Amino acid sequence: MTTLDVKNRDVTREDLIDFVYDEVRMLDFGHYDDWLNLWTKDGMYWMPLDYQQEDPIHETSLMWEDQFMLRLRIERLAGARTFSQKPKTRCHHVIQRPYVDRIDNEAGEYLVTTQMHYVETRLDEQILLALTATHDLVRDADRLLIRQKRVDILNCDAAFGNIQLLP
Amino acid sequence: MPQAKYQTRADVEALVTPYQVHRDIYTSPEVYRLEMKHLFANTWVFVGHDSQVPKKGDYYTTQIGDQPVIMVRHSDGEVKVLYNRCPHKGTKIAIDRTGNTGKFFRCPYHAWSFKTDGCLLAIPLKKGYDGTGLSETESARGMKAVGDVHNYRGFIFARLAEEGISFEEYFGDSLSSFDNMVDRSPAGRLEVVGQPLRYMHRCNWKMLVENQTDTCHPMVAHESSAGTAVKIWEEMDMPKDAPKPPAMQIIAPFMSPYEFFEEMGIRTWPNGHGHTGVHTSIHADYSEIPGYEEAMKEAYGEERAKEILGENRHNTVYFPNIMIKGPIQQLRNFIPLGPDKTLVESWIYRLVDAPDELVARTAMYNRMINAPTSIVGHDDLEMYERAQEGLMADGLEWVNVQRLYQDDEDFDAEAVENGTTERQMRNQFNAWVKFMTASMPEAEVLEAAE
Repeated sequence: MTTLDVKNRDVTREDLIDFVYDEVRMLDFGHYDDWLNLWTKDGMYWMPLDYQQEDPIHETSLMWEDQFMLRLRIERLAGARTFSQKPKTRCHHVIQRPYVDRIDNEAGEYLVTTQMHYVETRLDEQILLALTATHDLVRDADRLLIRQKRVDILNCDAAFGNIQLLP
Repeated sequence: MPQAKYQTRADVEALVTPYQVHRDIYTSPEVYRLEMKHLFANTWVFVGHDSQVPKKGDYYTTQIGDQPVIMVRHSDGEVKVLYNRCPHKGTKIAIDRTGNTGKFFRCPYHAWSFKTDGCLLAIPLKKGYDGTGLSETESARGMKAVGDVHNYRGFIFARLAEEGISFEEYFGDSLSSFDNMVDRSPAGRLEVVGQPLRYMHRCNWKMLVENQTDTCHPMVAHESSAGTAVKIWEEMDMPKDAPKPPAMQIIAPFMSPYEFFEEMGIRTWPNGHGHTGVHTSIHADYSEIPGYEEAMKEAYGEERAKEILGENRHNTVYFPNIMIKGPIQQLRNFIPLGPDKTLVESWIYRLVDAPDELVARTAMYNRMINAPTSIVGHDDLEMYERAQEGLMADGLEWVNVQRLYQDDEDFDAEAVENGTTERQMRNQFNAWVKFMTASMPEAEVLEAAE
């Protein structure tokens, strides 16, 4: 899957919207190497546990994962002894048109908020999560990278079974 | 209704042999109902931490077994535990998980009101009960309190039964693990942090409790996460002294060899309590936090501080249904919701007066290992649910807990053994029979009543 090229030009609204669509498509199609390539070296994936949580570090989050952890998460999915992935889980995102909350071409910083429905299925089970994803993006030469992705699950305070892929 | 299979004490006792237990213990709705009625009434069950209700009128709703309860800070400063049920029509008094009710509870249905110790305060249009004998009924006594409540260094436990074993006798020397967890605060105090992880399991609650001292599963069930972490780190070919990423500190030790877990040691105490990590543990090598050791020495003196921090206490099971990790201030509550359904709540606490880095590591452990999104938790849940389904197979009826079994094991005596023994599981089943049958009639009594 190709990634967005913004060589020698400003990042537009449309670029940012395309970026979010491309990202969820990589997740839904399992193109994880492309997906890992979308991140800055110190990029963090945050999924808060509490509604409107402000601190990812000093209280429990569902996820607060660095690039090592994300790579581990993804390599594990393909492991021969990854028992919870026998059989494999599949996922599907349906997204609204993203809100572009900030375009700063001078600083090379962008903020995009997207509401979406996330479906995950394995065997006879299927779960549906309503969520809001906030992409904190930065420009790196001719492409955009994720500095932080925050995923707020609408019912973050509910009890869940396994959530195995990436909302 | 089908004929009840478990009518007498002997019927229940027959489910547990010295090294095998019958699968009905995990699968039978009838055994589950007996557990709710007897086991969770006769034992001391964890309710919450008193820092969840710091001010007068603060309350927290939860359950003990299948019984809805409210933990509330009364006007005298004590923490009370009341059944969450209006004595009038049965309406739950509080629905939200936490709140402040002021000086009294008020039922949302007919506005009967109660002091925060449960006593009936007022009924609207009370003259309607004049001469009816209401004062002679249980309704007039207000919201009912549970049998007994004990606050141990901030941790609130309750016994539903009016009569029964005392708190001190029930827990005995096992309280040393709570002591060690709380003593790790220079102020000798813990405070709850944030919300608990809530993780739904389609399996029997006892599978989770047993897994807490199951030291022969990490390197097998968690190879996919811990083994892959080690592999990625090796591929990165970093210098020997390079700081390791959090996943290497927290997840990789699950791949420790059998010998490590054997040497770790397991201690058991009477009444089903016990812990892994007598001599060492996977938490022993956590990187040191600047300023913490100094604060501990300041508070306790060098020798005592060293003693506190030198304890391992990897996982301590408090029978029937919680586990604490002393070194990282985590408590996991295995709340039964049915024979094949368990809600796991994983709470963390702050060491008062200790550096913030400690609670950061505790939160990190909680989310990496015990969240519904955890790559470690995923494989544990997979094992439990496969076991719950596999146990329905009629070809075999018994579950084996025989590893390092010895003849004539005496669970009334404290013991320290090889860290891979299943003695703690046998200890739990010994206590299970004791507290299941403590208030059951003898066989002849039941027969006479028929």
